[in-house]
Amino acid sequence: MAADTKIPAMGDPAERAIPCLQPGAMADSKPYVAAPAHNEPLGFPGELVPDWQEKGIARMGELLGKYKSLQVFMDICVKCGACTDKCHYFLGTNDPKNMPVARQDLFRSVYRRYFTPAGKALGAVGMGKLVGAREFTKEVLDEWFNYFHQCSQCRRCSVFCPYGIDTAEVSMAARDIMDNIGLGHKYANEIIGKVHKIGNNLGLPGPALIDNLEGLEEDLKDETGLDIRMPVDEQGAEILLVTPSADFFAEPHVLGLMGYAKVFHAAGTSWTISTKATEAANFAMFIGSYDQMQKIAMRIREAALELGVKRIVFGECGHAWRVAYSFLNTLIGPMDFLDPRYPKPQHILEFTYDLIQRGGIRLDKSGNDGMVLTFHDSCNVARASRMGERPGGQFVIPREVIKACVPKFVDMHPDTIGEKTFCCGGGGGLLTDELMDVRIKGSQPRMEALNDVVKREGVTHMAAICAICKAQFTKVLPTYGFDREMIVSVHQLVSNAIVLGNND
Amino acid sequence: MTTFFAILFYAAFAVLVVGVGLKVAQYARTPAPLKIPTTPAPLTPAGAAFRVGREVTLFESLWKANKPLWIFAMAFHLGLALVVVRHLRYFLDPVWAPIVWLQPFGVYGGMAMLAGLAALFVRRVVVQRIAYISGPSDYLMLALLLAIGASGMMMKMLAHTDIVAVKSFFLGLMVFDIRVLPADPILAAHLFLVALLMLVFPFSKLLHAPGVFFSPTRNQADDPRERRHLAPWAAQLERERN
Repeated sequence: MAADTKIPAMGDPAERAIPCLQPGAMADSKPYVAAPAHNEPLGFPGELVPDWQEKGIARMGELLGKYKSLQVFMDICVKCGACTDKCHYFLGTNDPKNMPVARQDLFRSVYRRYFTPAGKALGAVGMGKLVGAREFTKEVLDEWFNYFHQCSQCRRCSVFCPYGIDTAEVSMAARDIMDNIGLGHKYANEIIGKVHKIGNNLGLPGPALIDNLEGLEEDLKDETGLDIRMPVDEQGAEILLVTPSADFFAEPHVLGLMGYAKVFHAAGTSWTISTKATEAANFAMFIGSYDQMQKIAMRIREAALELGVKRIVFGECGHAWRVAYSFLNTLIGPMDFLDPRYPKPQHILEFTYDLIQRGGIRLDKSGNDGMVLTFHDSCNVARASRMGERPGGQFVIPREVIKACVPKFVDMHPDTIGEKTFCCGGGGGLLTDELMDVRIKGSQPRMEALNDVVKREGVTHMAAICAICKAQFTKVLPTYGFDREMIVSVHQLVSNAIVLGNND
Repeated sequence: MTTFFAILFYAAFAVLVVGVGLKVAQYARTPAPLKIPTTPAPLTPAGAAFRVGREVTLFESLWKANKPLWIFAMAFHLGLALVVVRHLRYFLDPVWAPIVWLQPFGVYGGMAMLAGLAALFVRRVVVQRIAYISGPSDYLMLALLLAIGASGMMMKMLAHTDIVAVKSFFLGLMVFDIRVLPADPILAAHLFLVALLMLVFPFSKLLHAPGVFFSPTRNQADDPRERRHLAPWAAQLERERN
């Protein structure tokens, strides 16, 4: 476990050596299995059902009929190996089953055995191996549980695949099948249960949230001397802010939330948080459940309608922005009750960037004196969404906002940013302590690129726009010899730089 | 032998057309419930079609991934394309002018194809990661293509066969008139392996050829905020809920 994790060395990101394979290196890494109390509220069997093999194969058949991605990806991989050196978990662990194609093959081998003529025919006479077909045995299922929970669904492999095969789609399908036969991932399912029961991932009830936000208003008053509000359930507000619950108190997340409040204050735009939709995160995406994802997203529609807001703005969260940008219109649309002049939904960075462009807020870089920033592109924002009106706006807008706030900005190695960005190592539902070993190793490529700009350019801080990235880096930075406070929210920088009222 | 090959080619052609047809129909029918283009992605359907076109003709993503592999893959696929075009002369009478002009280049295509395949084979054996992910069928497929290319080149370079008769055989097949095929062992091997390739096509990874056009991460436009995307089964779910 974490205590005996061997921290991978950090070299030059420009001359990364492709590791030698260490079969079985991560064979024992797995999350806790969900208990009946975690599975049943989501409608999944409490524990592994006796006829799991039959049920699992049947569920695979259903998914193949429902998802073009899965059906096509199962058939068209040619094993060219373009993806084999692209996954951060492979680069950090050297375990060959963490190569995207090998991870997919854990699933594909079962597909070939039960859903292809060649696999069925040869499999029946024990020669399935010839065409890569395997029986769905308990050993195979155990491999699924271990290795599909060493994938953060970051889509880096899909950038490089000549057919666009996305391992995230496969790992979502595998997790869905496992949930449907009662083999759930405790961390994810427990959290989804909390969202249904209490309203957010952290299980923070409404009164506690209000209390907490009042405390933040006082902090803002102490800092600025101004009455900067953190409104909750305010009828008729212009904007509903949906943000990850970590923003309400975790560091550095909460400093970002205070930044959003300052921006809204400076813009003079009324806004509110809803006690109904106190969570932007949607962990149902990680477990591949369309049904659960829609249920969680529906809270946002209901909250927006109840409060009569005209716009929905999302706070800094990676996978939440994927669900918001790419899926929300599908899941809870059409959102014709919102003001058509604005994107539905909008990212807080789009909001702030627009204000900066129009001169609606003033920023003073001296608020971040002495800081040299770099930016970690979060995987779901980078490869599964967009900001602004042009492709790639998700790379430009955060950087422009940061540059407007800080004296010096430096990008990390080009192979580690933009569409080629490396995952923080904790995405996809892996942000749980029992997976610390794979989380630390999986962050190696990012740490290496960061170390490079720290050495060469004197970078002091790395900004991110994802609650998971921020939490993950807070944990892993110290293991690589960095200060845990090196990771900052983008709106924390805005918060430090923004010029408010006449008091400044 | 003539009868055997006539039946073989009718069967192989039927399996290829029906098999690939069924697969394409399956890909086309299966809904994509969510917008999942790998971003940054084009904003319009036309842009997305252009992106797929670049993947198919330039292997754009592969270029990003691995330059040597891109060169091997390009040599093989471009070579194969030239060879296929060159072979059209066996099925056309009269032969179209562009195909006549391309004949000499077809031979270079054959060489490029063999060189590319050989490099891909060596890579599969030598590179540890690629050896790990390679199964028997991956090697067999390369071996099959190499054998087809090698037997073809042998007939061009070493032991010529009666290509006028070969052409007559295939033109005959196309009008259901069985004409005599030369009894040449290299030709027999070549044709047998080609038929085998046609037979395994719909059951193997060769489906990447039609499949790439259906890959949602490449063929979808990035417009989810502007246009509501709803698969039929998701719409059904929505109706049941309301």
